[in-house]
Amino acid sequence: MTTLTSPGELGAARLTHLQRLEAESIQIMREVVAEAEKPVMLYSVGKDSAVMLHLAKKAFYPSPPPFPLLHVDTTWKFRDMYALRDKAANDAGMELLVYHNPEAQEKGINPFDHGPLHTDMWKTEGLKQALDLYGFDAAFGGARRDEEKSRAKERIFSFRTASHRWDPKAQRPELWHLYNARKAKGESMRVFPISNWTELDIWQYLHLENIDIVPLYFSAPRPTYIRDGQLFMADDLERLEKVLGELPEITERSVRFRTLGCWPLTGAVESEARTLPEVIQEMLLTTTSERQGRVIDKDGGDASMEKKKQEGYF
Amino acid sequence: MSETTAVSDPIYKTDALIAEDIDKYLEVHQHKTMLRFITCGSVDDGKSTLIGRLLYDSKMIFEDQLAALEADSKRVGTQGQEIDFALLVDGLAAEREQGITIDVAYRFFATEKRKFIVADTPGHEQYTRNMVTGASTADLAVILIDARKGVLVQTRRHSYLAHLIGIKNIVLAINKMDLVDYDQAVYDRIVAEYTEFAKSIGIDSFTPMPISGFKGDNITGASANTPWYTGPALMEHLETVEVDSTADAAKPFRMPVQWVNRPNLDFRGFSGQVATGTVRPGDKIRVLPSGRNSTISRIVTLDGDLDEAVAGQSVTLCFEDEIDCSRGDVISTADEPVLAADQFEATIVWMADDEMLPGRPYWLKIGAQTVTATIQQPKYQVNVNTMEHLAAKTLDLNAIGVANLVTDRPVPFEAYAQNRDLGGFILIDKMTNATVAAGMIHFSLRRADNVHWQATDVTRESHAGMKNQKPAVLWLTGLSGAGKSTIANIVEKKLARMNRHTFLLDGDNVRHGLNKDLGFTDADRVENIRRVGEVAKLMTDAGLIVITAFISPFRAERDMVRQMMQPGEFFEVHIDTPLAEAEKRDVKGLYKKARSGALKNFTGIDSPYEPPVDPEICIDTTVMSADEAADEIIKRLIP
Repeated sequence: MTTLTSPGELGAARLTHLQRLEAESIQIMREVVAEAEKPVMLYSVGKDSAVMLHLAKKAFYPSPPPFPLLHVDTTWKFRDMYALRDKAANDAGMELLVYHNPEAQEKGINPFDHGPLHTDMWKTEGLKQALDLYGFDAAFGGARRDEEKSRAKERIFSFRTASHRWDPKAQRPELWHLYNARKAKGESMRVFPISNWTELDIWQYLHLENIDIVPLYFSAPRPTYIRDGQLFMADDLERLEKVLGELPEITERSVRFRTLGCWPLTGAVESEARTLPEVIQEMLLTTTSERQGRVIDKDGGDASMEKKKQEGYF
Repeated sequence: MSETTAVSDPIYKTDALIAEDIDKYLEVHQHKTMLRFITCGSVDDGKSTLIGRLLYDSKMIFEDQLAALEADSKRVGTQGQEIDFALLVDGLAAEREQGITIDVAYRFFATEKRKFIVADTPGHEQYTRNMVTGASTADLAVILIDARKGVLVQTRRHSYLAHLIGIKNIVLAINKMDLVDYDQAVYDRIVAEYTEFAKSIGIDSFTPMPISGFKGDNITGASANTPWYTGPALMEHLETVEVDSTADAAKPFRMPVQWVNRPNLDFRGFSGQVATGTVRPGDKIRVLPSGRNSTISRIVTLDGDLDEAVAGQSVTLCFEDEIDCSRGDVISTADEPVLAADQFEATIVWMADDEMLPGRPYWLKIGAQTVTATIQQPKYQVNVNTMEHLAAKTLDLNAIGVANLVTDRPVPFEAYAQNRDLGGFILIDKMTNATVAAGMIHFSLRRADNVHWQATDVTRESHAGMKNQKPAVLWLTGLSGAGKSTIANIVEKKLARMNRHTFLLDGDNVRHGLNKDLGFTDADRVENIRRVGEVAKLMTDAGLIVITAFISPFRAERDMVRQMMQPGEFFEVHIDTPLAEAEKRDVKGLYKKARSGALKNFTGIDSPYEPPVDPEICIDTTVMSADEAADEIIKRLIP
């Protein structure tokens, strides 16, 4: 297999689309490290985070990436995710910071009883608290422009006020590869180095570069239940029973996930795809978009993601 | 002419390979190239519809999105019961209500041969800045024309901007052909008109095509409705057109250094993205602006050392010699190195609500370097509708002009026409940190390394020594009527009695002579202070203690003057009088005039005063007489 960093048989002048995307992401990361005082990489353990972390290793090699990883945890992630998170940070030689919003913890906020409040308190508020606590002035996030309509207009360097608000009207124009990272004290930037990657690009790159991802992306027999017409995996039976009062009907099905978040909020798809090429194959033949499996986009109607972003969600 | 849907079997249907041999499919798709393009047209030219159509025809729209689209089309669509493709791409809530795209949105689709990134840019006049932004990373521009309307003012503007930003591949998509019965005469007339216009602004070639985004004609394949058209369909053209970055690899090697990679004492590498050319171990290089030479020893990546790196790749280079090289420097081939200069002529696209202030220092970011730059009064502004050159004193939002600019240190550069990465820059406001302009370097006015200061034998030290004093600038700032001139006058008298050599530069007096060509607009106020600063600087070189009495309302200019002076020689003196008090005194009757509207741009009334943040001396005139104030100032100057 040709490695991505050699121009290969295409000849010196023609980089492939993945080579161009990789080079662009690396250039963005280096700008942030050169200009920000205290950068951090938000690490959600998903496939996009996996690509982002891999790119960070490439950007700064032979140095380890000169910033820590931050996981804003909800305590409701899949167990496989926690395992890979710790391993990935260790392999990269990076410090891993895990943050739990103490208020959400104290109130026992959970995805079953609290609906949208779960995401708001654990993730949106938790993220703001963590950024404030450590004083990070630039945070890498793995959002992509193809994910959702309001993301399509997001800048690569997204400017946030001291209270973390995003004002879609006050974003700075981004020309060429020149990013303006200047800001006043207290203000911060969210930086999206893989903005221009699509879901297919991510999968292809994971395949080509042999990047370790959470096994949940591959199909296997797993305990599942149906709730509100969607298929979910029962990742923690004890907890499920405790929150719901009784266990829903659990059936073993061959399932995998196209996107990973909190297990009670992340829809599974029935599938037989057990390898990356098979996953890619299924994705290309599929007919629904990736965020379909995420309950979060649907709270609050059409413009819900945009509203969340203005409030400080990634 | 029949009204049948033109394309029944798009050639971009799901590849059979996916189902049959996914590994083979992946192998093929690893070798795709990438094309970035922009679409531009007026509000009703059908841009969003065309992009929606490209996404739809390349199977980038999933069933759930399609279902949402069908529901939306019925609810808010503008196409009756038919699918409104525009709804696929109009993103933000406010825009959807207005039915207009108002920002740059990026869309993605792919075919077997290429991945495409589309910048969807708006056609509204006030959004020139968005189009320039979208175009800055594009390899190709699709200019949309409504076949019913022909070449409009907007068409000229979009073409001019695309050409200005250096896009070589221009597609003239004559859209809505279905609404003119696919009439070849209409098409030919528009092409002829556009050809003439294109020539007049220097566009050498373009590719015209008759399309309908709504009906799908000539989008993915030849349309049966236009048998007279023999050129490529839009998608076919996008898939095969030569990309600019191919040409970049053939140019001399240049790489701006983004970051110095220093994990330990044994390794020192220079990380960056190759802008143009090719580099190999053993190549002789020169680092600019220092001009030092070395040889490439390694090209380091996580995947192992490379034998060569080409334009577009992000790499880390090591040298054989330990030479100075830091962020912002440019590594270039030693045979054909880049030049460094500190004065340029450039095209500037102003992108901020606040107008450009000639003489005000801005941050200028070019490559990986940020320096301070001041812009001179524009040579001219371009009317983007007629391409006429107009006289201009400044540039306001969405204005495009040509001006000279001066940087505070030499910058390695190339003309934008040769190299987008080393010739394109942005300007950043030093106070708000907003990106206020984009610029494209034409050429340097002179090479910085040819500029020598005239060495003088009688130095500034000897001037000062003869006067037995330390030169200084006492910069009095404050509202009109605060007491600046009165206090300045007393200070000078007292210093004279102490046998100090002084000179008083007074605002009113300077405006009778040196600055009599300047008014009271923000731009003129900036130039007024710049000139006074330069004069004060010459006087400190002559060993004098300079006392100035100017309102000097803006922090940026006071800071600029401070930067001109030797460290420790600038004393900012805030004559702090509350507006109400100054207005009550109104010695010259100016506040009364300003309040009545007879005097415009009066500081404190309809023009702002930015008080000093951390002045060397602060005088509160409500608790101190002018005489006491003068003593206080002298005490600080000569302790």
